[in-house]
Amino acid sequence: MNQQELIPHLFRTEFRKITSVLGKLLGIDNLELAEDIASDTFLSAMETWSYNGIPDNPTAWLYTVAKNKAKNHLQRNNLFAQKISPQIKSSLAEGDEIEIDLSEKNITDSQLQMLFAICHPSISTEAQIGLSLRILCGFGIDEIAGALLSNKETINKRLVRAKEKLRAEKVQILFPNETEIENRLGPVLLTLYLLFSEGYYSESKDEVLRKDLCIEAMRLTHLLIENEQTNKPQVNALIALMCFHASRFEARKNNRGEFVLYQDQDETLWNQALIKKGVFFFNQASHGSKLSKYHLEAGIAYWHTIKADTKEKWEGILQLYNQLLQLEYSPVAALNRTYALSKVYGKAEAIIQAEKLNLSDNHFYFTLLGELYTDIDIQKAKSNFTNALALAKTTVDKQTIQNKLDKL
Amino acid sequence: MDEFALIMRHEDGAKLASPEQMQTWMKQTMDWIGGIAAQNKFVSGTGLPFDSARVVTTKNSKSIVTNGPFGDIKETIGGFIIVKAESIDEAVEFAKGCPVLAGEGNSMEVRKIAKNDGAH
Repeated sequence: MNQQELIPHLFRTEFRKITSVLGKLLGIDNLELAEDIASDTFLSAMETWSYNGIPDNPTAWLYTVAKNKAKNHLQRNNLFAQKISPQIKSSLAEGDEIEIDLSEKNITDSQLQMLFAICHPSISTEAQIGLSLRILCGFGIDEIAGALLSNKETINKRLVRAKEKLRAEKVQILFPNETEIENRLGPVLLTLYLLFSEGYYSESKDEVLRKDLCIEAMRLTHLLIENEQTNKPQVNALIALMCFHASRFEARKNNRGEFVLYQDQDETLWNQALIKKGVFFFNQASHGSKLSKYHLEAGIAYWHTIKADTKEKWEGILQLYNQLLQLEYSPVAALNRTYALSKVYGKAEAIIQAEKLNLSDNHFYFTLLGELYTDIDIQKAKSNFTNALALAKTTVDKQTIQNKLDKL
Repeated sequence: MDEFALIMRHEDGAKLASPEQMQTWMKQTMDWIGGIAAQNKFVSGTGLPFDSARVVTTKNSKSIVTNGPFGDIKETIGGFIIVKAESIDEAVEFAKGCPVLAGEGNSMEVRKIAKNDGAH
C-alpha cells in the first residue's frame, strides 16, 4: 500500500483505538481533546512520512507519537491534568512517567467502555450513532454526513450537542457493573442495530461506505461477544441477525446499481461462510429464558437464507412475526407479516388483513397491496402501485415500483 | 382509545384436547393475535391454564377449596387478551376472530377496562 492509501486506512483502524484509550484516560469532559490529539498524530504522520518515508512499523510510530503528544499536553497543563484522574494525579506527584497503555487489551477494554458511555439513553439515538461512527469507528465528519444523508454542519452540531449532554450528565467511561449491564445493554444493542440498518438500507450512493457501516456494526457487536460479561444471548442473536443479512450484500445490487429484490437474487452470490457463522451465533443465542426481539428477527433472517419457497418456511416466518409484533409493533413488521400471511393463507386473506393496517403514509404499504392485487385485480394493483410511486422518495425506490407497474 | 379485555370462555373445560388439536389451536390463536398486533392494537395476552387451578368458595361460613375450575361452573375462563380499540364495536370485531369460537357453546366476553380516572 502506498502512502496515499496507507494513511486513510490507518486512520480508519487506529484513530478509534487511540481516541478510545485517550478518551478513557482524559474522561468524558475531554473527548474533544482526545480526538484532537489523535487527529494531530495523523497530521504529523502525513507531514513526516512525506519527507522521511513510511516507517517500518507505522502503527507503532502512531502510538508512540500519540502517547508523546498526550504526555506533553498533560505536563504542560499540570493543573488541568490533576483534575482528570487520580492515577495521573498520583503519578505526577511522584514524578512518574504518565503511562498511556496502548496494549491490545486496553484498546479493547477502552472501546467497550466508550461504547457504553456513548450509547447513553440521555442522548438521541441519531446522536449515539453519529458519536459511535466518529469515536468508535474513526469516520470523518464528511463520511458521517454522507452515510446519514445529512450535511457537515448538521452532523457537527449534533456531535457537539451530544458531547455537551454527556458532560452535563457526568457520564462515566466505565464498564457497568454486573447488575447494571442488563439495563445499559439495551441502548448499546439498539445503536448497533441501527448502525447496521443504516449501512444495509442506506440510500447513500457510496457502496463501500455502506458496507463499512455494516462491518463496523458487526465488529463492535463482536467486541461485546468477546467480553465474558457482555456475551449474552441477545447479543449473540443480534450478531446472528447481522451475519444473515450481510450474507446477501453482494447479491442486493446489480451492475446498474439497482436493487435486486430477494426473489430475483442470484443465490450463488450469497455468502455461505457468513450464513454458517450466523447459525453458530444463533445457536449460542439459544440459551437463557429471555426472548428478545433480536432472537425473533434472527429467526426470520435465518429463514431468508433459504431461498426455496416452502410452506414450512413461510409458516415459520409468520409465527415469528406474530410474536415480534406482540413484543414491539413496527409498520415494517406489520407489512412483512402480511406478506408472509399471503404465502401461507393466500392473497385473498392477506388483502383483507392488509387493508386493516391503514399505513397510508407509507409507500411500502401500497407496494404490498399492489403485489397482492397483482393477478387478482389489475386495476386495483395499478392504483396501489401508483399511490406507492407518489409517496416514494428515492430514485431507487421509485425505479423498483416503476418496474412493477411496467410488468403489469 | 380505550382498552378492552377479550375473555375466552370454554363450554367444557374438562374436555382435554389432543396434542395435535392443541398445536393447531395455538397456531390459530397466534395468527389471531398477530393480526391484532399488526394493526398496532394489541396490549397483552394472558393464558390461564386449567391444570393446577383452584376454586375457593364459602359454604356454611367455611372456606372450601376444590380443584377447579370444573364442576358446577358451566363456562371456564381459558385466558384473556387486552386490546386497544376506538369503540366496543371494534373490540367485538376483534373478538369474533378468536379460534375459541369454532367450538359450539364457547363464548367471548368483551369488557371495557376501567381507567383509573375517577369517571370510569
